[in-house]
Amino acid sequence: MTRLTLQRKLSILSDAAKYDASCASSGSVKRSSLATGGIGSTEGSGICHSYAPDGRCISLLKLLLTNFCVYDCIYCVNRSSSNVPRARFSVEEVVGLTLDFYKRNYIEGLFLSSGIIRSPDYTMEEMVRVARTLRETHRFGGYIHLKVIPNASPELLAEAGLHADRLSTNIELPTDVSLEALAPEKKPSAIRTAMAHIEAKREESRPEGKIEGKRKPTRLAPAGQSTQMIVGADRATDATILGRSAALYSGYGLKRVYYSAFSPIPDASSKLPLAPPPLLREHRLYQADWLIRFYGFNVEEIVSGGADGLLDLKLDPKLAWALRHRGAFPVDVNRAARETLLRVPGLGVRVVDRIVTSRRHHRLTLADLARMAGSIDKVRPFVEAADWTPGGLTDDAGLRRKLTPAPRQLELF
Amino acid sequence: MRSVRLTARNDFEQWRAAARRLLLDAVPPDEVVWLDPSAPHDLFVTESALAEVTERKVGVVPQRFIDWAEAGICHSDPERFALLYRLLWRLQKDRGLMEARSDPDVGRLDRRVAAVRRDAHKLKAFVRFKSIADDSGLERFVAWFEPEHYVLERVAPFFVRRFTGMMWAIVTPYRSVFWDGDSLEFGPGGHKADVPAEDAMEAAWKSYFASIFNPARLKVAMMKSEMPVKYWRNLPEAELIPSLIRGARAAEAEMIERQASIPPSRHVRQAERQADDVAPEVEIGSLSAARDAIEGCRRCPLYEMATQAVFGEGPAHAEVMFVGEQPGDQEDLAGKPFVGPAGKVFDAAMAEAGIDRERAYVTNAVKHFKFVPRGKKRLHQRPNMGEVKACRFWLDLEREFVKPSLIVALGATAVASLTGSGTALSAVRGKLTELADGTRMFATVHPSYLLRMPDRAEAERERARFVEDLRQVGRLLG
Repeated sequence: MTRLTLQRKLSILSDAAKYDASCASSGSVKRSSLATGGIGSTEGSGICHSYAPDGRCISLLKLLLTNFCVYDCIYCVNRSSSNVPRARFSVEEVVGLTLDFYKRNYIEGLFLSSGIIRSPDYTMEEMVRVARTLRETHRFGGYIHLKVIPNASPELLAEAGLHADRLSTNIELPTDVSLEALAPEKKPSAIRTAMAHIEAKREESRPEGKIEGKRKPTRLAPAGQSTQMIVGADRATDATILGRSAALYSGYGLKRVYYSAFSPIPDASSKLPLAPPPLLREHRLYQADWLIRFYGFNVEEIVSGGADGLLDLKLDPKLAWALRHRGAFPVDVNRAARETLLRVPGLGVRVVDRIVTSRRHHRLTLADLARMAGSIDKVRPFVEAADWTPGGLTDDAGLRRKLTPAPRQLELF
Repeated sequence: MRSVRLTARNDFEQWRAAARRLLLDAVPPDEVVWLDPSAPHDLFVTESALAEVTERKVGVVPQRFIDWAEAGICHSDPERFALLYRLLWRLQKDRGLMEARSDPDVGRLDRRVAAVRRDAHKLKAFVRFKSIADDSGLERFVAWFEPEHYVLERVAPFFVRRFTGMMWAIVTPYRSVFWDGDSLEFGPGGHKADVPAEDAMEAAWKSYFASIFNPARLKVAMMKSEMPVKYWRNLPEAELIPSLIRGARAAEAEMIERQASIPPSRHVRQAERQADDVAPEVEIGSLSAARDAIEGCRRCPLYEMATQAVFGEGPAHAEVMFVGEQPGDQEDLAGKPFVGPAGKVFDAAMAEAGIDRERAYVTNAVKHFKFVPRGKKRLHQRPNMGEVKACRFWLDLEREFVKPSLIVALGATAVASLTGSGTALSAVRGKLTELADGTRMFATVHPSYLLRMPDRAEAERERARFVEDLRQVGRLLG
């Protein structure tokens, strides 16, 4: 076999890593290299160092340690039956690339995943070795996200959490039946058990109260754990997908569920829908996920009223909910409770907080609202202000049509 | 009309000193002309000297004003000093002004602060260091950056925290900054030519940028809104963007149209090996076989949301078997029965009654956790009769292999599962009942019942009763 150059390996093993949507580098503990004299810091909010033409942020060096894999998951570009070019990095190569990129300010850190070679423990051990070398040998303080290999030993997962800011285990598909059909070697309960182990270890490492004069115990995976679900590779409805997410958020304290529209891959299996990825559906799922986590909605409210458990693709889910519940509107911006304001289409959490502080000083007019919210086309029919009442607009039969955005042209460059 | 010329573009302290003087002299905002160091000298305005400043504190302002003013003064808007002074003036009468986001002046400052923060953030994001190694092998890193506002001083400490162990410099048109590993120094502005045009890692970085891009998800407007074109000229990867976009549609179409290929021989060999490994389906012949087999249980829908099946635990031939309702949140996570709050109550009561839990086989009528998600919590749901019946398959296997002489039913669900009837718990509590196969069953409450009692005195009475029931179990075991 011919030896691959480092750059060729980088191109193969980053190409293979791009189907993992997560690139977050936020929410970890504060670290500064002033303390170590090395390099690397994390300060809470992440930084996107570049953007690819797919609109996705490039924050981390996202790599697979290897794309050789003994599993044959049908949706995966790296499945053993695929003919994509294969490569494998050494631990030192990944460490070197991470440091070289970091020193040039290209990245916030490393997101390392891997195909499964030999055994889950062997693979996980290699990934942990990368993180350990970065932290211990090179005093690297940047962000590290490690993918968890289900069925790896709990001790390895704990060590991974010691070095990594974030751990993630991909749930892959919304139902166990789909997972078993498309990823025959993966066991759904093993994936969930890995999340449960991590959550339990994280709980153990959570400092209880204030410990006077003692160093706080190291928090395992301080930026928490996340997962990814593929959308559109099976027949699961949005209701099923969001129900699964709600169970994951409640069971394992997940920071994020990423939705990844199934996208055509090189050398794809003939058993899959080979169509452009359902990007709009993915977008609506993220919006619904946000409504559930930050706006006080529950899954049933969001999906009820849609057709066959699917979200309305034409309207954002909050507007769709408001149009189905017009009796709850208009809402008086000068009086309504925060929770009520959060349900008004077009008002985000920040704007609602601004409304609540500003209205202590004077009664808000529609112009005040416009200054705070930016655009208020969507807001107007659902609110009352000092100088505004929507009258019959709230119940206007043509409202849905008026608020439905015109279909967009393909983006030209 | 007074005019004030500042010598620094973004020095809050300098502006503050001048503003204090003006405020002390009660000069209203519309009688002051503020001049940026770059502003041309106006022959018709007499400029007052900078000496007219004071350290004397004048009134108080909310912290938010200070925070915003420190950021806002870095904006490139020539009117920024005047805007700040107008707000300072108005704050003397209206203390709550900064809270009124709807006020035009507050809104104006808010937008400038946001612009400065965004520009500072982009500086953190889009600086690209180039390495320079001298003959001794000492490596230094230098970057050229063109910020829209005067943000270098605000962001420099960030680079110190991030790159303490490196020697680096950032050069901008208006100022430059150097870190030698120990101290930070500012110098004059410079030119793009002051910084090397290339770096040895840029080829690898561009290769990464091209590979991480998914051509099936083209979203150019999104990219441009987050990475505005004005920054592109100093980003080495940006030169690839036009060709990546041009090739994207073709790459996607090719992936969709291409026929699936024949799997590589490595895969075929592996698949054959695995086919040989598959064990034929066998009847479940032992307790450990049952424990393995339950992983794939699809007898009811509860497997879907639970983490894992929680099988019984204890000696394979225990004399006594305790049967609870179903695993709870913690049991579901740990994969072990009775380890959560109810398990703790159970353990304490067992110890008090003098029964060694290690001697008992402990299990549940239903093996998967049933719950509804509520935010970050999972709320326990009682299993229905269909689920209890479906799961009896596993409980029967446990009974068959363990063969206990006594089964203790904890709560109504366990009674229902064991007797197969709707017998009320109150009818059998504290008594021995004979099950269909002749095994003796003793019934008592579920320990979680004790946790749910709101009245403390009553809870204590019920707990004592539960312990008394367990003592009776101990006597039955002899």
